[in-house]
This record gives sequence, C-alpha cells and structure tokens, in this order.
Amino acid sequence: MFVSLNWLKQYIDIDHIDPEDLAEQISKTGIEVDGIEHFASATNNVVVGYVESCEQHPNADKLNLCQVNVGDETLQIICGAPNVAQGQKVAVAKPGAVLPGNFKIKKAKLRGVESNGMICSLQELGVDEKYVPKAFSEGIFVFPDEVEVGDDVNQLLNLDDVIFEFDLTPNRSDALSMLGVAYEVAAILDVDVHLPQTNVSTTAEKAEDKVSVRVDAPQQNPYYGAFLVKDISIGPSPLWMRNYLMAAGIRPINNVVDITNYVLLEYGQPLHAFDYDQFGSDQVVVRLANEGETMVTLDEQERSLAPHHLVITNGDKPHALAGVMGGADAEVTDQTKTVLIEAAYFDPKTVRQASSDFDLKSESSARFEKGVDPNRVRQAGERACQLLEQYAGATVLDGVAEFDQLDKQEKTVTIWTSTINDRLGTNMTNQEVADILRKLHFHFHQEGETFNVFVPTRRQDIHIFEDMLEEVARIYGYDEIPFTLPQGGSQAGGLTRRQQLKRYIKRFLEGAGLMETVTYSLTNEERINHFISPEIQSEVVSAVPLKMPMSEDHSTLRLSLVPEMLQVISYNLARKQGQLAYYEMGSVFLSHEGEVTKQPAEKERVTGVFTGEWVSHPWQQEKKLVDFFVVKGIVDALFYSLNISVTYKQTKMDGMHPGRTAQLFVNHRPIGFIGQVHPKQEKAYDLNETYVFDLDLDYLLDIHHNAPSFNQIPRNPSVTRDIALVVDQSVHAGDLEHTILTAGGELINDVHVFDVYQGEHLEEGKKSIAFSIHYQDPNRTLTDEEVESSYQAIMDAVKEKHQAVLRG
Amino acid sequence: MKERLQQLEKEALEKVKQVTSLKDLQDVRVSYLGKKGPITEVLRGMGKLSKEERPVIGELANKVRQTITDAIDERKAVIEEEEMERQMEEETIDVTLPGRPVRVGGPHLLTSIVEEIEDLFIGMGFEVREGPEVETDYYNFEALNLPKGHPARDMQDSFYITEELLMRTHTSPVQARTMNQYQGSKSVKMICPGKVYRRDTDDATHSHQFTQIEGLYVDKNVRLSDLKGVLNRFAKQLFGEDREIRLRPSFFPFTEPSVEMDISCKMCHGDGCSVCKQSGWIEILGAGLVHPRVLKMAGYDPEVYSGFAFGMGPERIAMLKYGVDDIRHFYTNDIRFLKQYHQA
Ligand SMILES: [Zn+2]
Repeated sequence: MFVSLNWLKQYIDIDHIDPEDLAEQISKTGIEVDGIEHFASATNNVVVGYVESCEQHPNADKLNLCQVNVGDETLQIICGAPNVAQGQKVAVAKPGAVLPGNFKIKKAKLRGVESNGMICSLQELGVDEKYVPKAFSEGIFVFPDEVEVGDDVNQLLNLDDVIFEFDLTPNRSDALSMLGVAYEVAAILDVDVHLPQTNVSTTAEKAEDKVSVRVDAPQQNPYYGAFLVKDISIGPSPLWMRNYLMAAGIRPINNVVDITNYVLLEYGQPLHAFDYDQFGSDQVVVRLANEGETMVTLDEQERSLAPHHLVITNGDKPHALAGVMGGADAEVTDQTKTVLIEAAYFDPKTVRQASSDFDLKSESSARFEKGVDPNRVRQAGERACQLLEQYAGATVLDGVAEFDQLDKQEKTVTIWTSTINDRLGTNMTNQEVADILRKLHFHFHQEGETFNVFVPTRRQDIHIFEDMLEEVARIYGYDEIPFTLPQGGSQAGGLTRRQQLKRYIKRFLEGAGLMETVTYSLTNEERINHFISPEIQSEVVSAVPLKMPMSEDHSTLRLSLVPEMLQVISYNLARKQGQLAYYEMGSVFLSHEGEVTKQPAEKERVTGVFTGEWVSHPWQQEKKLVDFFVVKGIVDALFYSLNISVTYKQTKMDGMHPGRTAQLFVNHRPIGFIGQVHPKQEKAYDLNETYVFDLDLDYLLDIHHNAPSFNQIPRNPSVTRDIALVVDQSVHAGDLEHTILTAGGELINDVHVFDVYQGEHLEEGKKSIAFSIHYQDPNRTLTDEEVESSYQAIMDAVKEKHQAVLRG
Repeated sequence: MKERLQQLEKEALEKVKQVTSLKDLQDVRVSYLGKKGPITEVLRGMGKLSKEERPVIGELANKVRQTITDAIDERKAVIEEEEMERQMEEETIDVTLPGRPVRVGGPHLLTSIVEEIEDLFIGMGFEVREGPEVETDYYNFEALNLPKGHPARDMQDSFYITEELLMRTHTSPVQARTMNQYQGSKSVKMICPGKVYRRDTDDATHSHQFTQIEGLYVDKNVRLSDLKGVLNRFAKQLFGEDREIRLRPSFFPFTEPSVEMDISCKMCHGDGCSVCKQSGWIEILGAGLVHPRVLKMAGYDPEVYSGFAFGMGPERIAMLKYGVDDIRHFYTNDIRFLKQYHQA
C-alpha cells in the first residue's frame, strides 16, 4: 500500500511532522513503513505557462517555436513535443531550473534560434512512466484551463509529495484505505480525523424507481447497493485526484473510473460502475453461477464459471464476477451517459476462491478477500455519487436500491487494567488505558478497571481480549514495557543424553579431520535409489515424493545422505579442491506403505564421504590416499570411543564397489556400511576414488550407555604370543580373529593382525596372516601352562575351521 | 718403589689430560689400572718389602689408583659431554620446515550458530526439543491457529506430500506437540532447532530448506516484559553487550500480541547506515504472547497459563554476524567457505 502524505493531510493534521520521524513512529507502533519516497523533485523554477503562439521552427520540421507567457514575462521556447499547441497551459522549466536527474535548464540556441527554457512532459518532471495518463505519454503535459499562469507546478502536480510504502501484515487490512491509515496515524499522534463529505443535491427521481436489486445468495452477498447517476459527461478527472491516484500507484483514466478508484483507496471499499444503458434490464440479480455458464470479462477473456462463483446479472446474463472483475458488455465507455454504481459486501472466501480460480488479483479482490468495513459500504457509494456530481457534471438519483442483511454491529470486547498489567508486566493506570482507547477512537464504557470496548467495524482483526491487549500495548509503546526475567520456578535446562552424545560424535569426527556438511533433504528422484544402507533397504516400502515439487532436483525425500554428499564432493572437485573428508548428521525418510498416507519414519544417520590425499607430507616422502582402511580406522575409533563393539562383513550393495564394501553389525544387528563408491557411480558423479561410511545413528544413541565402572589397572605383566597362519585367500582375517578369541578363552585380552603376506615361498592361492595374541589376568601372573593350553586350543580350532597351518 | 708409584701417577694423569676419546680413555684405564698394569705389578712386588714398609706402600698404591680412577672418571664425563654436544650439533634440523599435517575438521557454520544459541538458552533454563520434519497439517497449521482456508497460510507456501502431510514450514509444531503431550499438566520451557522447508526458489536470500530455532515458555504469569528480558539477554550475549533491542508490532497467527525484535545496528550504533537501510535497527526475529486458542487446543487453560514464543533463522543470524552475503553458501558446502568458520 502506497500512502501519499499530501492526500493523508486531507484527513489529519501532520504538517508539523518530519516524514522520516512519522515513518519511524508508524513502524514502531503498528505498520512497517518499508520505504519513504519523495515523489518527484523539481525545483521552484517550474511554473504554469500559457502558449500564446506556436509556429514551426524556421530551420527544423519537427520543432516548434513557442511564445510562452509565464506570468511575469514571455519566454521564447523551442519545443519538440508533437502535442504542443497555441492556447495550452503547460509546465515551463525556466532557465535556472534543475529537473530530476540533475538536468539543468539553461538558455540555448537550437538551429540558430534562441530558446529560453523547456516545456515539460510529466516524465521529465520525474513522474514514473507507468502512472502518466495515456493522453500525455507521448508528449508534454497539458493543464486544465482553471490553473493560473505563473502558478507553481510542484504544488499543482503534487510533485512535493512524500510517499510511504506500507508493508502490511495480513491482519491490518484496515490500513488498505486512506481513512484507515488516518485513524492509525491519528492514534499515534493523538489528533482528530476529518471525514470526507458525502452529501449530494437531492432530486425527485429515485434510484429505486429505475433499478431493483435481488440477491439470491445472501450468504455470499449480504449487502448490495445500486446507485444511479445520470447525465454524466465522461472526461478527465480533476487534477488533484489524478495526482493522488498517481501517487498511490494508479494510472488515471477518466472521471468515472478515477472516482471509483479514488473511493476504493479512500474508504477501502471497492466499487463497480456499470453502463446502465448497456445493462440490459432494470434489475440487478446477484446469484451463484450455473454449471457451464460463461461470461466475457473486461480483459476480453471468456471465463467458464462454476457454481461456487458469485455473479452480478441483469436477471439473465452475468455482467460481473463479483468482487473480481466486470464484464465487457456493460463496461463504462466514453459514450456512457448513465452509470450504475455498485457498492457491495462480498464474502471474503467466495472472492478469494474466484480470484485464485481465475488467477485475477486486483486492488478490489485484495480488499474483499480481507473483509471490508460493513459500515463503509453504503458510505463509499454515496461518496462516489458526490464526486460524480461534482466532477462529472452528473445528476444523482435519490437514494439507493439495496439488499441489506449485513451485520453492521460493533463487537464488544472487555478488558481490565489489572489483566493488561499482568500480561504486559506494566503498571498502567485506568486513566492511561482510557486515554489509549480514546486515541484509537474506540468507544467504550468504563467501570473502574473494567472497560467494555466497542470495536469499530473498520477493525475486522479485533475479536478477543488478546487482540485488544495488542492495541493497548502498541499505543502504550513497546519501548515503555520493562525488561524482566521470568519469575516461574527455576528449571534446570540442558541437553538430553542423546543430544549430548550427538554433539560428542560431531566433535569426535571433527577431531578426526572431517568437516561437517549440511545438505538438502529433498533430492533427485533418480539419485535416490543408490547407496541405501541394507538395514534401510530391507525396511523401506517406498520413498516419499512431494506432491508438487519445484524442481526435479528436489522432488523426493532422501533415503541416504550419500548422494547429496557426493554431489558436494563433485562440486568441490570442480573447483580444484581435491582433499575432502566430510560428515553429516541428518534424517532419512522411509515409508512403510506403498502409497504414503502416514508420516514416514525419520531415521537419523551419521554419514561420511572421503576422497583424495589423507596424509600429504611430501618433504618427508609421506603421502597417503584415502582408502578403505583409513575410513575403517576412523569408524573403528568412533565405536571404540563410544564403547560399542562392531563387526564387519564383506557385502555387495547398490552403488558400491562389490569387492570393497562391508556391512557393519552391532549385537548381530546391521547398522550401516562402509566402502568404496562403485566406479560407475564415481564416473556419474565426476569423482575420483571415493569412500563412504553410513551408520544408523539412532541405534548407536539407543544402545549407548554410560562408561562402565572402574577396572583395576593390571599390575601383572601380560604375555604375548605371535602366530602366523597360512590359509586360503578366501579366508577373512576377521573370521580367524573370531575363532582365536572364541577358542583361546577368557584370558585373551587382545588379538590383532600385525602382518599379511602372500607371494614367494607360499603356495598359489594361499596367504599368511600373523596375529599377536595378548594374555592377561588383572589379578595374577599367568602360568606358562595356562598360556600353552590356550595356544593349543587356538591351533586346533583354526585348523579345524579354516584349514589353517602354522607358517614354517 | 715410592718413587715409582709417584712417577706412575704423574704419567697417568698427564695421559688422561691428553686423551680426547672415550676409547683412548679406556685404553689409559686398562694400561694403568688393569690386572696387567704397572700398579698391579708394583703391588705384586710388595712381598719383597719389609713389614713396616708394606702398609705405607700399600696405602700409597691405593691412593694413586684412586687418584687415577677419579681423573679418568672426571675426564670421561667431560668427553661424554663433548661427544653429546657434537652429536646434537650433527642432529640439528631446519625447524622452519613444515610439520606433518594433522587433519583438522570442524562443524558447519550453522551448527556452530545453533549450538551457541542452544547453550545460551540452556543457560536460561530452557530444554532442547526435536520433532519430525514431515509434519501433519494439524500440527504444522491447525494447532497453531491456522485452520484450513486461513489467509495467512499463503504466507508460507508449503511442500505438501499428501493432503494431510507436508514438510514442516517452521519448528513450531514441536512446541504444539510438547504442549499437547503435557496437556496443561506442567510448564514448558524449550527451544526447538531444526530444518524447515518452504516453496521458495533458491537465490541469494531464499532457500527451499533452511534452519529455524523457535522457543516457547508457558507457565503461570508469563509476561511480555519477561519476553523482552529474555530476548535482551539473548541479543546481548550473541551480538555483544553494546547492542540494544526493541520490539515492534507484527502479526503471527499463533501469537497475540505479536512482535518483531530488532537489534541496534552494529555499523552505525543507531544513527542509520546502508546496512540497516537508514533505520538504525536490524530485524532479528519474530515473537509474541502465545495465542489463547493455541494454549486451549493443547490442553492449557489460558485463564491460568500464559506464555511467550519466539522464532529465528540461524542463517540470517549467521549472515548478520559474519557478513555472509548469500544464503546458498550454507548448502553448497564449498570447503573454502566451511574452513573459514571452523576455528574457535
Ligand atoms: Zn546502521
């Protein structure tokens, strides 16, 4: 909403206030002023001039040589505008004037002839092209005859105006009118509001004799008033009205259209003007459209109507889509003599539906959608009649033909000073509350601290105590409310154990050298099918797609964090960043239904992606690319630090390298995977060798328990036995380790691989794996016999289970 | 014999003085003090001495042996010291060469901001709550006083999955869920950070996915002045003690009154500059007193309980605090961006 301060001055006295200060106060009190624009800034050297003569320039076909009387002198001015003519009153920038854009006017010679100034177009005076009336868009502006030669053009054209741009919240539709704004500003400044006058000369003829109104859908249209205005002479509207409309961002058309627009802005009440002679009957019938009915709207589009659309008809055919757009047939034209002015209250939802069905948003529909002031509907019609009488030479027929079932009652809301103070933390007195209500121009009955407030119907947003609390608070001033801290029982805030652990895991991975990413949950429908961890894959029935995605790339909820993270790697590689290790914590979304009807399961994962050099220390000849075991080392350390034991099993899964991928298990439950991205996928994402891990974070958090109780630090030495076992290539170290641990008994406190060998001195298809086995009893020294018997048990077991032989 | 011993002592001490290596020193030790050395030899010849001379010579021989031993030990310490010095001289390295790099990772800027804000509110007695990102229409809208057909639903055009399910457009549903769970049985003091989604085309200031932190405090006698106090503490801790806050009226369907909180501009301290669009203030968050209908729907009697709620965007806060100029930086995860913010 654009608010012209010059226009606003018609209703309230704001002459003594600096516009910037006023904007600040309005913003702080209720409505955000998003912009302050000085309409146009010409100098005081632009005046009204009378073109005494206009002849062709002796040396140029397209130029005119004009003698222009500017009051105190007559200036010879050369003008190139096609519409300049003798007898016009025009805007003259005298030598010394500076026009917008710092365009200085000087005496000059054009093709040998002297020119002492410039006759201006509105654009040259700083008016935005889009507001310039069509008649003047290609040339200079011509004043109506009643202006005086020598008068200041700034004032005449309202060029000194300041325009506020309001950023209105949806509840403040009352400020979609100049009167509403006037009440708002009046409350802030504590001043009176002067309402416009609506009286017309009475005639014997009555509107009701010429037109009748019938409403068949009172719920959608509780009030319809038809005013009749005859003997209209269509022409330009008065200059001041054109100025205000331009300031408000509306292009002037002719007096009838301009007056309906002016009243729309003044009262916030949309009006519609029909050409009465083209209406086709003397009755207005408002009804819901019939199935299959069509009408041609003003924009010459044929519209197919549905039974929830409200139409204004002549008893037979529709002439308007109520509150949204008029029809082409009864449009006001230059030939129009008699006008039917519609002032109506249309149900907000009905208008919103129609405006959205046809994608027609207008100043009118915007106001009906929010609900107009029931007490201003008829007033606005009367105001339009008064202006038509005054500025279109028209005769207004007496009264109005109307249908009226509209509730115009003011709502009552009760407020109490003590409750207000309790909610705001203030110490207002009854007198202060009463003062605020008076400033708001709200009527009320007061008994002690109890106020029965009659909420004016212009404030459709106020229904309950809290709404009034806001009114009182904002006029009292939020700055005046003290700073306090809550008095309630002091709760201990904090993170839950899960939340703490999540932070711990984040810090752990960061300490291990990983950088955190945050990627999108919505991903590409095609990418979604890869890298799904086996335990997710076995559970998911369908992915969760959006009903109406904005783009293919963000159309479906992810089933794995890996695809978007690989995208991040790809993005960085393309920018020559090759040493990358990322982790992310986030949810995947899986539905247990074929077609999603219930909230999907949201499972939290912790995922890592790696590529490039892991260690890069060239001058000491140390350089290591990320490989499976770098990633596994990090994952192992994470599990170690969480005190959770994990096992790995070779696996094959979509998107991953078939020989370099493992599934992870905790307590025999699958909890994720680790491995190299499949070379095909690496190619598809434009990656080098890339490794990932993806873990079921929810489960880790679920099973984690606090650190175990204290274990005695062993006093006795441990015993170490090394064995090198020769086995088939296909035997896994992990399986051997498992066998050793099981067979070796409780005295073993650690087993680890220290060498893997294949090649010379070994049979084809065989490999040797060497283990270091540590024995320890915390309480005593072990005997050789104990260790020996465990060692024998291990040898028997590996021989039997894995056909292992001791390496000679 | 006496002369012989004194001669040996003199000779030995002279040699010890001249020796420069441990090996030579050992040779000296062996040659004078060894079993075949001259002192042993002298002692062996003692049998020829008289009874009176024997102890005198014996004592002298021991003394000479001790003097030589001491001299050798002393010399040994000096040579060892010199050798160590020499060795360390050889071991000298160029300390300006680069160290073996340790990988340094770090949190995403959004995590840092969210955790900072979490800790700040935890310090004021708040809990941290989380909730689903795919929400029901009921919790995302209806329970927050946004019934179907409410015009304010236009304000946050959403990603729907079915008629009844959508990507949450704010984290307020977590508040509604928490209150609903307690059914008016106790006070609630919580913040809920999380991802939210809106139908926006990604550009410098919009993102279809972003982060929100909402807060809620419901108790008996919660006042707007409490909201002001809590937000003031938050703003000063996060942005600096010299920053001021102010509240302006606004509109949210789930609060009444609704306010917007501004902080004074860091650049101009309230005088007006291009950063704050000449106003001297920068908009930070929305807040208000919980709408009685929201309380009632969750089983809280608005006659007994009142509360305040607030909501903020960590991206916006990070952008203001660190001067990040494009919201897309948070989601492209350019390593060169992330690295700028992972130091303490
Ligand atoms: Zn500033």
